[in-house]
Amino acid sequence: MIQFLQQLINGLALGSIYALIALGYTMVYGVLKFINFAHGDIYMVGAFVGLYVTPWVWKVIPPGQDPSKFNWNTTAGGLVVMLISMVVCAVLGILIERLVYRPLRNRPRLTVLITAIGVSIFLENFGQYLFGADPKSFPDILPDRTIDIGDLSIFMNQIVVFVTTIVLLVALRYIVMKTRMGTAMRALSYNTTAASLMGINNDVIIAFTFGLGSALAAAAGILNAINYPSIDPLMGILPGIKAFVAAVLGGIGNLPGAVVGGLLLGVLETMVVGYISPMYRDAIAFAALIFILLFRPNGLFGKIEKEKV
Amino acid sequence: MNRPKTWLLLSILAAWVISRFQGAINPYYYDILITIGINIILGVSLNLVTGYTGQFSLGHAGFMSVGAYASAMVTLSVGAHARGESLIFIGALLVGGLSAALAGLLVGGPSLRLKGDYLAIVTLGFAEIIRVVFENVEAVGAARGLSIPVHTTDFFWTFLSVALTIYVVVFLVHSTYGRGFLTVRDDEVAAEAMGINATKYKVLAFVVAAFFAGIAGGLYAHFKQFIHPEGFGYLRSVDIVVIVILGGMGNTPGVIIAAVLLTILPEGLRALGSWSALPEAIRPLIQNRMILYSLLLIALMLLRPQGLFSTGGRLTKWLKRGKGAAA
Amino acid sequence: MSVSSALLEVDQCTVQFGGLKAVSELDLRIHEGELVGLIGPNGAGKTTIFNLITGVYQPTDGDIWFDGQSVVGHKPYQITARGIARTFQNIRLFSSLSVFDNVRAACNLHLKHGISHALWRGGAFAREEAEIAERVDGLLDIFHLSHLRNAECTSLPYGDQRRLEIVRALATRPKLLLLDEPAAGMNPTEKGELMRLIRFAQEKFQLAVLLVEHDMRVVMGICERIAVIDYGVKIAEGTPEAIRNDRKVIEAYLGE
Ligand SMILES: Nc1ncnc2c1ncn2[C@@H]1O[C@H](COP(=O)(O)OP(=O)(O)OP(=O)(O)O)[C@@H](O)[C@H]1O
Ligand SMILES: [Mg+2]
Repeated sequence: MIQFLQQLINGLALGSIYALIALGYTMVYGVLKFINFAHGDIYMVGAFVGLYVTPWVWKVIPPGQDPSKFNWNTTAGGLVVMLISMVVCAVLGILIERLVYRPLRNRPRLTVLITAIGVSIFLENFGQYLFGADPKSFPDILPDRTIDIGDLSIFMNQIVVFVTTIVLLVALRYIVMKTRMGTAMRALSYNTTAASLMGINNDVIIAFTFGLGSALAAAAGILNAINYPSIDPLMGILPGIKAFVAAVLGGIGNLPGAVVGGLLLGVLETMVVGYISPMYRDAIAFAALIFILLFRPNGLFGKIEKEKV
Repeated sequence: MNRPKTWLLLSILAAWVISRFQGAINPYYYDILITIGINIILGVSLNLVTGYTGQFSLGHAGFMSVGAYASAMVTLSVGAHARGESLIFIGALLVGGLSAALAGLLVGGPSLRLKGDYLAIVTLGFAEIIRVVFENVEAVGAARGLSIPVHTTDFFWTFLSVALTIYVVVFLVHSTYGRGFLTVRDDEVAAEAMGINATKYKVLAFVVAAFFAGIAGGLYAHFKQFIHPEGFGYLRSVDIVVIVILGGMGNTPGVIIAAVLLTILPEGLRALGSWSALPEAIRPLIQNRMILYSLLLIALMLLRPQGLFSTGGRLTKWLKRGKGAAA
Repeated sequence: MSVSSALLEVDQCTVQFGGLKAVSELDLRIHEGELVGLIGPNGAGKTTIFNLITGVYQPTDGDIWFDGQSVVGHKPYQITARGIARTFQNIRLFSSLSVFDNVRAACNLHLKHGISHALWRGGAFAREEAEIAERVDGLLDIFHLSHLRNAECTSLPYGDQRRLEIVRALATRPKLLLLDEPAAGMNPTEKGELMRLIRFAQEKFQLAVLLVEHDMRVVMGICERIAVIDYGVKIAEGTPEAIRNDRKVIEAYLGE
């Protein structure tokens, strides 16, 4: 039982990361009907931005001495690092959309897909050139310690990851449901003409969507690096694909679905690692994907659409 | 004797004649030549699926790995024989090709119900699962990889396979039967309305392509003499996709040229990257061929989505004449 | 179960999309060699009926009989093999193929030789390809498209593309041909020529034809019988004369 609870907690922490990335896939799919293959690499860039800005942030806000004790300065610094990374990645996401995807709008989906793969490979390899290919260790930007409840030990960071994810989700929900931009976004994913009725240019909405999705991916990159402080330029590939699986699991285009899909996949993966074999860690996501696409291609909560002839 | 078969026999003859002189070729260039051959097989076969039939697959390297491992197991289980080496090798290649074709059938059957982005991801997923399986099966060396004791792949066998692959893909597509592949790519609904079983064509394209990818894997295994699950990952599949897209989807001569170029390119880049006149900082930038590939992909999609070599090459015209004669 | 002389019998078919009943308890019979018109205002469900008959959509309820056998649950290509061919309202030619190849591809269905012959390229293969080429050229000739034989099909004017779609459908050797607005986008001369061609093909290939068309001159001019659909329901059926004077039809067209 204890082991199960332990795995569940680990799974939820991992699942939060997938959920944050999956949201970006799902939002972009909503407005553009295409899978942004390069999204996982934004997550990687997010982590590296964190790595490089941390020393600068620490100069302004010196962190506490003892990393195992809670400290307001350290926490504030960590938050600033995360915010900076989110902003940088949002800009990067908007830039990519502007330069590459926008000229390809209304082109065959295959063309756009191949381009996205191109962008993804570029980010990975340019990252290798820029940051070096070998893993870098990520600084302890948050105080860490374990909390023992009976036999159960929870890392402080896992809680931070989980709580931050929830905060971000609440913020996202507010943006999507309550702001004008969010409403326009929803209108655009419903249909293209409805959105123009809102009086907001489609280009602006799409750019906003990319920015928002990329910021969430960057947050995921930082949060994951806090838990597993070794980062490298190829670190985005697998989580990217898994988050995509999560998005499909939840029904692509469906925001709450992406979160549930992410958490589900995170838990499933940790359970497989814990109870079956760590060898199959990565295969399980693909197996889940194949299973879901073949038997419920619109995801767990999606609705079925028929092609008009 | 008609034109297609003459073409095939002449190419095989040419491969044989050249192979008599393979000892005279500088080993470095020889290595590149064989790699070119293997890449042509991979590109031309994937082109049947992605170019002619319009089904985007990101898992071709998975089928290659099945062929590589299956053929290697044949060779290993038979053991080294001085005599009958060629026969064993043919057997190994065939087993490799057939195993890959079987894998293609198993993967293609279910996944070809999906389209576009989803198909791409599912084929990628299947290829990754195949890789994970090889990584975990002790009998094939698991993650340590597998050594093959013989070096049987040579110029003749490689280019014999190249000729066969081109023959099958090109002449299959250039027939009334083969027009079915193109109709599925152009408009599946219309194809079905014309009595064409789209699923059958998609699976057939997948199986035939997987067969040749398996042969390419077998050639690769008996050439490098060492195979490793990591070597058949996602990036290897992307390499093959780049060949097809650069060459132009559904344009076999273009794909052949692209396979040659993209095999030589990294070598050229490596040489250029170590050229001392260049600033230290940008050398690694040049040596990482994937940076160039990715920029090439993006630029191509923006400017020339039909590929670099899409219109009116001589080979294309020749093929068109050949088609007219057959029809 | 149903013992009728009809070639096609649509028996109480309903097609539902979510809350919308696009086709509602439809009964429709077409006899061999008959030319029947299917008319109705925009969105009435005509194309949906075509999709229903050709297996693109499945009926939510009801049954469809063709040539004495039920075709419900069969795939579109199987239904085409049984002898129903169609054209599309929004032209769906094979855009990368030439005019000739568009029609040749539709001969695929009746190929005697398969993949092995395509690869072996022996005498039997050459003979069959030659036969097919002859058939295709014959069909193109009837529809005045021979001079465009090697053109890219997308480069053709609208009217030619529509005629090419008919040729392509005929290449599958149907017993029943479904034409979805074949005269759309044609000028009056072309329309007149098209009417003549449809008549000609009907007789030459002993076809039954179901024709959807908005141009009343075309429909009234060549159909022996006309069925009228409104909101998925058949509101009238009869000779062109009877339909012209039917109160319900006039109301449906003039609308409220
Ligand atoms: N795949 C589908 N999903 C949902 N609704 C559909 C689908 N196909 C058709 N419809 C709806 O069914 C109704 C009938 O459409 P249909 O295309 O059959 O009309 P039509 O009579 O052919 O009209 P037109 O004369 O404009 O071609 C319309 O309301 C249409 O929106
Ligand atoms: Mg219609």
